Amino acid sequence: MIDSFEALRVISQHRGEAIVVATMTANREWVPLSTRRDLDCLFTGAMGKASSFGLGLALALPEHKVIVLDGDGSLLMNLGTLVTIAHMAPANLAHFVFENGIYRTTKGQPVPNAGRTNFKGLAEAAGYRRSYEFSDLEKFRAALEGILSERGPVFICLKVPPTATPPPYPMIQLADTVATLAAGLKRLYEKR
Amino acid sequence: MAGQHVTAARLLEELKKCGFTHIVWLADGETSFMWEAMTRQREMTLVPVCREGEAIAIAAGLLLGGKKPLVFHQNTGFFESGDSVRGLALDLKLPLLLLISYRGWKRNAPSTDSAAIYLEPILDTWGIRHYLLTSDEDLANVATAEKEAREASRPVALLITNE
Repeated sequence: MIDSFEALRVISQHRGEAIVVATMTANREWVPLSTRRDLDCLFTGAMGKASSFGLGLALALPEHKVIVLDGDGSLLMNLGTLVTIAHMAPANLAHFVFENGIYRTTKGQPVPNAGRTNFKGLAEAAGYRRSYEFSDLEKFRAALEGILSERGPVFICLKVPPTATPPPYPMIQLADTVATLAAGLKRLYEKR
Repeated sequence: MAGQHVTAARLLEELKKCGFTHIVWLADGETSFMWEAMTRQREMTLVPVCREGEAIAIAAGLLLGGKKPLVFHQNTGFFESGDSVRGLALDLKLPLLLLISYRGWKRNAPSTDSAAIYLEPILDTWGIRHYLLTSDEDLANVATAEKEAREASRPVALLITNE
């Protein structure tokens, strides 16, 4: 298993100017690691729709890499998103899922079929261009740069431990983070 | 007998005039007359979804990325998308046009379909202004709704009937 915080640290080191849409566990652990808070969206509410929101961004800004940091519980609430993303096939989208088998932010209840659902297989079967699964941090670290340079949509399942305590970082209001991202994108595109 | 409804091509022309770039859409029987015309045109990108709640979130991302999407689904799907409407369209004050197919609407009689009975009361409860599109005579409502969504920065609904 990979510590989610360490996995996020690796992603942060490789994100460059990518937009990052992070939800649930990743939402809170990403905050102290992010190098570009102006290009982050810490996504809450709407029951598992971070990947859909990321898809919208990816379609609107096809030259801009979009990274979605999803949870397994979130993805299960919105499983059709895999097919919708595969259909639209945004080349600039990388969809990470942190599979911990629990609803961490609601104190650790198991997700349905915990540990037996093959998320990598689901994404493959839905039609993502590539799909990966990692349970070893060093292998993930070695592969990530290549994965992020691939034509998307790519799916990366990270097996992380079922830590029941919520991350020790605050949840940021979606409206605030969306406003920050909107301003960040405006500044970035004005410079280009 | 074929139902009376707005002409697909004319509705799409009105939407194009308003500058919409994407139609985030899930099929429904009431407005199946729109399908062929939507697929024929190229100015607006069609984004088909598996479930209606996805549509609101995709539209939110498109809006943030500088595009101008509209969401198109049935009233039953609008109910399904409730938490996305609340958490995204309303909380983020999105200038979003919702094209909602009005299953169960009756021109001259009260509806017996709960999909119709609850639609307008729920829109009213959420403060979402709404306009009817029953025929081509109502097409001016497209620009009205678009302008209102844009200027008030909030979702506005167009309710498409077919009776």
